[in-house]
Amino acid sequence: MKPRNLAGWMFVAPALAVIGLFFILPVAAGLALSFTDFDLYALADLRNLRFAGLDNYVRVLSLPLFWTALLNTLEFVVLGVPLSIGLSLGCAVLLQSPLARFKPFFRTALFAPVVTTLVAVAVIWRYLFHVRYGLINSGLGHIGIGPIDWLGDPHWSMPAIVVFAVWKGFGANMIIFVAALQAIPDELYEAARIDGARRWAQFRHITLPMLGPTLLMVSVLTMAGYFQLFAEPYVMTQGGPLQSTVSVLYLMYEEGFRWWNLGQASAVAFLLFVLMVGVTQAMRRLGRGTEEAASA
Amino acid sequence: MALSRRTLLASAIAAPALVGCARKSDGPLRFWAMGREGEVVGELMVDFQREHPGISVRVEQLPWTAAHEKLLTAFAGDATPDVAQLGNTWLPEFAALGALRPLQAFVDATPELQPADWFAGIWQTNEIDGQLLGLPWYVDTRLMFYRPDLFARAGIARAPQSWGEWVQALNALQRDGTRYPLLLPLNEFDVLLALALQQGEPLLREGGRFGNFRSAGFQRAAGFFLDRFSAGHAQPITNNEISNLWQEFGRGMFAMFVSGPWQIGELTRRLGPARLADWATAPLPGPTGPGASTAGGASLVVFQRSKRQADTLKLLAWLARPATQQRFHALTGNLPPRRSTWQRPGTDGRPLIEDDKSRAFAQQLERVRPTPAVPEWERIAQEMQLLANRAVAERLTPLQMGTALDVRADAFLEKRRWMLERRS
Repeated sequence: MKPRNLAGWMFVAPALAVIGLFFILPVAAGLALSFTDFDLYALADLRNLRFAGLDNYVRVLSLPLFWTALLNTLEFVVLGVPLSIGLSLGCAVLLQSPLARFKPFFRTALFAPVVTTLVAVAVIWRYLFHVRYGLINSGLGHIGIGPIDWLGDPHWSMPAIVVFAVWKGFGANMIIFVAALQAIPDELYEAARIDGARRWAQFRHITLPMLGPTLLMVSVLTMAGYFQLFAEPYVMTQGGPLQSTVSVLYLMYEEGFRWWNLGQASAVAFLLFVLMVGVTQAMRRLGRGTEEAASA
Repeated sequence: MALSRRTLLASAIAAPALVGCARKSDGPLRFWAMGREGEVVGELMVDFQREHPGISVRVEQLPWTAAHEKLLTAFAGDATPDVAQLGNTWLPEFAALGALRPLQAFVDATPELQPADWFAGIWQTNEIDGQLLGLPWYVDTRLMFYRPDLFARAGIARAPQSWGEWVQALNALQRDGTRYPLLLPLNEFDVLLALALQQGEPLLREGGRFGNFRSAGFQRAAGFFLDRFSAGHAQPITNNEISNLWQEFGRGMFAMFVSGPWQIGELTRRLGPARLADWATAPLPGPTGPGASTAGGASLVVFQRSKRQADTLKLLAWLARPATQQRFHALTGNLPPRRSTWQRPGTDGRPLIEDDKSRAFAQQLERVRPTPAVPEWERIAQEMQLLANRAVAERLTPLQMGTALDVRADAFLEKRRWMLERRS
């Protein structure tokens, strides 16, 4: 190795060591675990550990609850991601509008949920969602909509979780959008106005294309985060009612820490990983495709 | 989201590990207790320390929802407490881990404990593979809560004792205008489990190697359970669909339900003193006469890794005294596991056994039966509930349900079979 290379390696060595110790090693251990049947018995005595090959994966894929959990997670992603991005983009545009007053105040207020503790606000949201005493139902009651059992009815539990998660998370994306909006040169809007473009046309033909790369990045990040749904159902519904809020990660947690089947839980984790890699790759492809189409 | 999950997991793992550093041969005795018990046991500890000034006890509270995970993680992280409260269905798991100290020698050396004084079915839940690993702390079983006034109106003189009388009573109540006289929530497995335990046939066969759900006994129990829905005696709903169980019961939407001892306190409070005569408790009917029910509750255990074995045993012996158990009952409403505690006069001079509403529990506790003592049981019980739910929704026969349950139970028990095979 040349001395110049060596110096370079020395500089990155601390970072590499940390990544290796706290990321690569646990992931490799998790992968190895997913090929064994590590469980309560193996915890008691390692001689009870067996190599299971792909059994865990086969078993998980043949588990009806896994598919339920996958559908629930997809429902959460499909409902939550567009809603979250739409809301954060809308708020960012409003905040950037020259008509908006008290911008710093609103920016802070809308960002505040992001920095609150999830468990604490989940408790508050459980009160808001309460069938009889909740603010949401009493609000709906005023416009003539009967009480909805948000967290007790299997049809409404996932939408309720979506509402909560979107409220909790949209502020982060909003800040990114605000930054990206500020980077769009004013001249473009000026030129468009001179050409007679209205608000909507300006948004559609200037704002959106200029935000393209940011939108793609935000969608990929949000999607990756939303696929890892766990804390919300864990705190609010414990996966119920009727397993309607069991997400893939929640299933993994139950397998791993409730039933202590760490082998099978690791298999669930890697299946989710593969799924997420696939979806984000597809999105990147899609993003690149539209960019090329736009530039062509 | 990802971050919060990670911190959550990290704290679940780290929290017991941090307190674990405190495990020394001196310092306070660490006692983990759950939920309501954890809140009040500190009060009892004041008295204990007056008697044993040399032993200080630190009670650490766990929420019930996280207790099981926390205890297992504590074991994996070598951070178990000295003494803990353990749901008695969790004992087989911790027995498989070898985490618990056997207590038979302690019981033999402590004459005041008198094993014969404890309800036998509850005592059995603490004996795993012939080894006593826990001391019952309080007991829990399921029996019938019913409305004597509605029964009288329908022309029934007393609570049913057998399945036949039960069905007759349900029919009479229905004729009298109670559309669904029995509440059987589909998200609970306790009633079906109690009916199955009444049969006397084991729920798992060959020493816990295979499910035994196609057996005649379980088939009878499942048949009786499913018939209640097809006969229209019970509505196929879950607990979540009943907004207020006590109010609906008071209103007469149903005339009976099967539940546990905490309902005595709830019903007294929610229906008020004026309506005390409108509801009553009765032992669970069995196939031919008064039947068995589940043996639930919590036990006190000592962890093998505790360095304070002698002190922990003093604490256990003190908590097992009828006088302490009586105070514990007064604080929590949890039912005591010793007959002599039931016989002791309370603050009002009357023993618990003479209490109208509690007496049925004392009778039922003489007829409780433990569930199979294998670590996989809780998981199998959960499958039983899910399958019962499906059987009602899709009108499966008991045999279809039992067959499906056997398949799942056998899959869960595969590892156990392999281990038993290897051991022999």
